[in-house]
Amino acid sequence: MTLAPETLAPRTTDLKVQLRLADGWFTACDLDVLSPGRGVAALLPDGGQVALFRGRDGKLYAIDNRDPFTGAAVLSRGLTGTHRGRPFVASPLLKQRFDLATGACLDDEAVRVTTYEVKTATYEVKAATHEVKAG
Amino acid sequence: MTTDTPTIVLVGHGMVGQRFLEALAERGLTGTHRVVVLCEEPRPAYDRVRLTSYFSGKTPEDLSVTDLALLDAHGVELHVGDPAVSVDREARKVTARSGLVVGYDVLVLATGSYPFVPPVPGKDAEGCFVYRTIEDLLAIEEYARTRASTGAVVGGGLLGLEAAGALQGLGLTSHIVEFAPRLMPVQVDEGGGAALLRTIEGMGLSVHTGVGTQEIVTGDDGAVTGMKLSDGSELATDLVVFSAGVRPRDQLARDCGLAVGERGGITVDERCRTVTDPHVFAIGECALAADGRVYGLVAPGYEQAETAAATIAGDEGSFTGADLSTKLKLLGVDVASFGDAHGTAEDCLDVVYSDSRAGLYKKLVVGRDGTLLGGILVGDAEAYGTLRAFTGSVPPVSPESLVLPAGAGAPAQLGPAALPDDAVVCSCHNVTKGAIRGAVTEHSCTTVPEVKKCTRAGTGCGSCVKVLGQLVTAELEASGVEVDKGLCGCFAQTREELYEIVLALRITSFRDLLDRHGREGARGGEGCEVCKPAVGSIIASLAPSIGASGYVLDGEQAALQDTNDHFLANLQRNGSYSVVPRIPGGEIAPEKLIVIGEIARDFGLYTKITGGQRIDMFGARVEQLPVIWARLVDAGFESGHAYGKSLRTVKSCVGQTWCRYGVQDSVRMAIDLELRYRGLRSPHKLKSAVSGCARECAEAQSKDFGVIATASGWNLYVGGNGGATPRHADLLAQDLSDAELVRLIDRFLMFYIRTADRLERTSTWLERLPGGLDHVRDVVVHDSLGICGELESLMSAHVAHYRDEWAETINDPEKLARFVSFVNAPDTPDPVVGFVPERDQLKPDLPLLDIGLRRPSEDGRRDDRRDGLHGGLHGDLQDDLRDDLRDDLLEGSTRR
Repeated sequence: MTLAPETLAPRTTDLKVQLRLADGWFTACDLDVLSPGRGVAALLPDGGQVALFRGRDGKLYAIDNRDPFTGAAVLSRGLTGTHRGRPFVASPLLKQRFDLATGACLDDEAVRVTTYEVKTATYEVKAATHEVKAG
Repeated sequence: MTTDTPTIVLVGHGMVGQRFLEALAERGLTGTHRVVVLCEEPRPAYDRVRLTSYFSGKTPEDLSVTDLALLDAHGVELHVGDPAVSVDREARKVTARSGLVVGYDVLVLATGSYPFVPPVPGKDAEGCFVYRTIEDLLAIEEYARTRASTGAVVGGGLLGLEAAGALQGLGLTSHIVEFAPRLMPVQVDEGGGAALLRTIEGMGLSVHTGVGTQEIVTGDDGAVTGMKLSDGSELATDLVVFSAGVRPRDQLARDCGLAVGERGGITVDERCRTVTDPHVFAIGECALAADGRVYGLVAPGYEQAETAAATIAGDEGSFTGADLSTKLKLLGVDVASFGDAHGTAEDCLDVVYSDSRAGLYKKLVVGRDGTLLGGILVGDAEAYGTLRAFTGSVPPVSPESLVLPAGAGAPAQLGPAALPDDAVVCSCHNVTKGAIRGAVTEHSCTTVPEVKKCTRAGTGCGSCVKVLGQLVTAELEASGVEVDKGLCGCFAQTREELYEIVLALRITSFRDLLDRHGREGARGGEGCEVCKPAVGSIIASLAPSIGASGYVLDGEQAALQDTNDHFLANLQRNGSYSVVPRIPGGEIAPEKLIVIGEIARDFGLYTKITGGQRIDMFGARVEQLPVIWARLVDAGFESGHAYGKSLRTVKSCVGQTWCRYGVQDSVRMAIDLELRYRGLRSPHKLKSAVSGCARECAEAQSKDFGVIATASGWNLYVGGNGGATPRHADLLAQDLSDAELVRLIDRFLMFYIRTADRLERTSTWLERLPGGLDHVRDVVVHDSLGICGELESLMSAHVAHYRDEWAETINDPEKLARFVSFVNAPDTPDPVVGFVPERDQLKPDLPLLDIGLRRPSEDGRRDDRRDGLHGGLHGDLQDDLRDDLRDDLLEGSTRR
């Protein structure tokens, strides 16, 4: 992590959450709209939806927002938790749990949701010089 | 139907008959025999012992003890309303009233008994009843309602007191006339009778003992106006119930030449076989047992049923006599007698404790060697279960200490652990302590309901359930079975324990609680979907008392809430929400109805009237919620908390104001209660209702707390439930004033919130709680734990700090920002949320799961239709759709 001296302490409002899509990093939202334990949904350029979460340790996660069991785009509205050390979100509809890091459904091993690589970055500045890795 | 299969014919389908059928099934006899049942009453077997509970809310269906599906599965042919009229023993055929003739190999008579009506003049007059069947009860109820204000019961025994209680429950001025010098002469002695008398008179019933009924006086219309008593006095009454004992119904047996006793009863041997005919058995109240007695209690009847079934199966089994122990709650007074209650054994001694002021009377009969022989308990039968089980043995502590109340002298707490294994704990089903221990150790039962199911203990009269609970706990501890009662993988404590921790340490943060009190491995983690909302609810319930914010979306609390609480609306299957404004008591002015209609129309919401007397608007997207609330709040509405584990509605009937039957203003009371308890977070949702009279149109007895008006106040029922496991609520207290009612509900709700498990409705809580309803009554009515002051102050803190969550949210820009479908496109609606027309409204257009997410570009109608609702609310396509719907409707109506 290298930071220019004048931006040594970037305010959290300056931090953006980015996810890696097929064609590069996509800025989804400000970091400070993500409160620990609660997700938000973001719209992707292709019309898809992603659910973003932040753990109480500051780690960020991004998974497909669509609940594969019902088809509704609601995973961002589920409750998060820790199960045997793994972070998960429970669907608010029928309560199936999904591992936030791998997308695997903890209650049905045949089911998995897409996950995205996610990081924070200071806004409008080249990621190469002012990147702050999540976690 | 003719067949070579041997046939068993059962005549009579009462409790004992039903038990006999179950015993046949258990022994596999239903597989090898054709079983035909002839039943006189129009309904299958029901719980006659609890007949009176019909008046405190049980329906005839609740009283049923018959599992029709089970009978069906076993091929039992049950003919109700078709009694046997004759038996041809020669040809081995029974003829029923309908003309049905059934041949038998084995005939079992379980015809029960009939009420004895003393041969006094006027006994058949209009207004005279007996108290035996549900039909009798319905007739008494009807007559009491339309033609009587005073009622008299002839007979002060067990059934007589039950009947008198029923009359009082129907609002009649009630008298009891007993020939013997005391009440319940068979069960209790003079001292017990005196204690009982004082208590019952204290309830407003008039008791006349030592007098006989000489004549029923009638008016010109032939209806009862009074009765002449043997002391020369006359008692004015509009209704008479004869409850002066029962006699065996043995006419059918007499007619076919079976031997009967001098004072009635079909004479049987120890196998319950009639002494006259080896093909015929008699069981229950119609049988004169081998010991020369006719047993009028259900437990010996069950034993006879088992004996008869065993004999038919060729198994061992005999009935030589039975214990006449009983424990009853008559008119709310505990009365129990067991063993040699009257001390008839030679050389026996009495130990008596009597407290007239408290209406307590306890007597133990003890042999010279210290053997407990029997006893009588009036006013407090708490120790019955343990004492009865010790009967016949020398208790490990002195008998005096067993009857003294706690606090007097050195009270002995004699736990059931001291019982020998062969002690009978459940006398209804003859289940020993050993069998109960076996259920835990061999059948891996860990809870009282499991043990009940496994052993049947506690499923009869229920008087042993308390002992059962103690035994199960003791056995689990003894066998080292680790029962993890922890809330979830994060907390080893129960919800109740967490509640106490939060309250005592004033913990307002989930993280704090988890990091300090969570399981080792869970500390520092996120918690889980089980404990987060549970702790969120505890903090919200206690908010004003522990210094937390009462607003569930504040700070960390927001992250703990289930999605419904988080969005203050109910998530529906397509990701949209439904909105339910509070309509207290179901009362709503036309202007407000119009506002709801307008909002639903403007936002294109599907509307439906709920079961709780309010209106649910479905299909709101998350970003529409604040706009909808703003309009509702503006019109004077507030959140209905349909999304919360909290008070939902207090339903009401229209009550005295309009209804010609109403006796109190049920609507006002419902509104008062709903406004008092609105927003109260609890372990599960809370439903309530207030009915303006005993007709119960508001269905209060299916609610967590239900209120029914009486002529002099309110009756409070608790622990009712509808849904998948319906349960009628239990009567907690009667004839309460407005203030008494509110105070009791305050205490009840706070006690529930304090002690219930997560997602445990009041009905299951009441069943699980050791001591059940009696314990709850002790705590909230009699303040046995001394916590009522605290419960009340917790509730008043809640009431004082209530704020409408919707109003609070729409006035908070930071919270409002959360109400968007997409954090990076706040104006874009969720394209997955779509609708199609159904009838004249909308329904979710659900995505096909195997196709995956449908994009707006593939289906323009869906997102365009509700486009711009923030602004104009009247997108063209929205209008088009509405026009389509109207056309559809018109077309439909012309077709109709």
